[in-house]
Amino acid sequence: MKVLVAVKRVIDYNVKIRVKADNSDVDLTNVKMAMNPFCEIAVEEAVRLKERGIASEIVAVTVGPKAAQEQLRTALALGADRAIHIETDDKVESLAAAKLLAKVVEDEQPGLTLLGKQAIDTDNNQTGQMLAALTGQSQGTFASEIHVEDGKLRVTREIDGGLQTLELSLPAVITTDLRLNEPRYAKLPDIMKAKKKTIDSKSPSDLGVETTAQVQVLKVETPAERQGGIKVDSVDELVDKLRNEAKVIS
Amino acid sequence: MSILVIAEHHEGQLAGATAHVVAAAQRIQQAGGGDIDVLVIGDGVQAVAEAAAKLEGVSKVRVADHAVYAHQLAEPTSELILALVDGYTHVLAAASTTGKNVMPRVAARQDVSQLSDIIAVDGTDTFKRPIYAGNAIATVQSQDALKVITVRSTAFEAVGEGNGASVEAVDTVVENTLSAFVGEELATGDRPELGSAKVVISGGRGMGNGENFKLLEGVADKLGAAIGASRAAVDAGFVPNDMQVGQTGKIVAPELYIAVGISGAIQHLAGMKDSKVIVAINKDDEAPIFQVADYGLVADLFEALPELESKL
Repeated sequence: MKVLVAVKRVIDYNVKIRVKADNSDVDLTNVKMAMNPFCEIAVEEAVRLKERGIASEIVAVTVGPKAAQEQLRTALALGADRAIHIETDDKVESLAAAKLLAKVVEDEQPGLTLLGKQAIDTDNNQTGQMLAALTGQSQGTFASEIHVEDGKLRVTREIDGGLQTLELSLPAVITTDLRLNEPRYAKLPDIMKAKKKTIDSKSPSDLGVETTAQVQVLKVETPAERQGGIKVDSVDELVDKLRNEAKVIS
Repeated sequence: MSILVIAEHHEGQLAGATAHVVAAAQRIQQAGGGDIDVLVIGDGVQAVAEAAAKLEGVSKVRVADHAVYAHQLAEPTSELILALVDGYTHVLAAASTTGKNVMPRVAARQDVSQLSDIIAVDGTDTFKRPIYAGNAIATVQSQDALKVITVRSTAFEAVGEGNGASVEAVDTVVENTLSAFVGEELATGDRPELGSAKVVISGGRGMGNGENFKLLEGVADKLGAAIGASRAAVDAGFVPNDMQVGQTGKIVAPELYIAVGISGAIQHLAGMKDSKVIVAINKDDEAPIFQVADYGLVADLFEALPELESKL
């Protein structure tokens, strides 16, 4: 079974973001970028499926600027066989990304498509669901465990209040939650080997998808700063303050 | 032209989140939107519909009660909403795992974008939502004919009860051959779920090892708190990553958040800085966590935690 895995280049999760002075966006100049953490988990799961003999080929795909090739190289170093880069400098909304990925699904016919549950920049949590809708496939979102057996997919999902297990028909779209696995690090020989693997470049127009934004960002602001409070000298004083001043414990 | 709110419910009970989503719908109504209808989707949900009819501001409750809608699986639930969405300008659901699962599917099939996790309504087409784990707030305007929205419940004050909206059955039944429910494992016991707990106590790398997280349990039991962890504690292998609070873990906003042995990396702060009261216990008085803590105690956690437990 072929597995398609979508990755996104985002600001590194350790970076403290700055909003631009003109409030047009977050400032991304000279900021460390990395693969979205949830996408790393998706890549790791694809690689594990291959190690278990379930996946025959792993194709990594991204939508983004030229620099996003770095993230594809990372996916290749981690074990993806080849990659597809849909190159655009536009800020692509989830719906347009899902439309582009749907075209790739149509071309590649994967048995399973893996995505992160959300990107840590836009925090949308939409693309996987939209892709499933556009391709008419079943979806297993916020997955913490997946098993493929007898042409069916069994997925355990993180839901409010616990876990839920579903059986999905294949082909399916899965979005990963943190608990699914612990991503490995790429080893130097694998990073070298990844340089020889193919990255196929396409543009949104090659795929016949319009990427114009339907939602306009009018303003981006810094949220109200939280002010530090006081230091207490003892556990007694702490308990007293919580009980009588903050009134958050009884 | 009206507003459709998808009711949130669990185990035959209307969930509190619904009253918050109706409040968000009222803000849209005040900005020029239409009547507010609530759609209840499930299996055995008459009681949910009756409870929804009591919510202030609701004109009409529509109930789709059928076995195919049990557990509100994404495929049939989204198909049903699509079948009913004509005539509505807005469709809203809580940004719960159910809302997040179903709504983007509806949006994509309608060829519209979705506005996730809104925290304020600035107009019928303009909303505020957090991005970068709440480190920036974006004001966004949708050009779409149908606005598909998920709402951060804690950002809107719940509407009251005392209404008597009409309840009507929806007899649309869709097929689902794509997915089937197998089972579920809901958290039991006294410890609340991390995302919805009123009090959260979290441990960081300072806990030293996984065994020491037991020290948090005594305090958590006294406060009815959920137990969380920083990414550093998860990466060090002390606890599993479903306990992680932070940008890449769970985002929490309890009444009281107690950070123990947590330095306060950005990654962690992003997940808890909207808590009402933050307490930090750390032996390093330079730790960045003290810059956001309302009450800080510079102390060795191995002494402070047992003492705190005994004094609660």
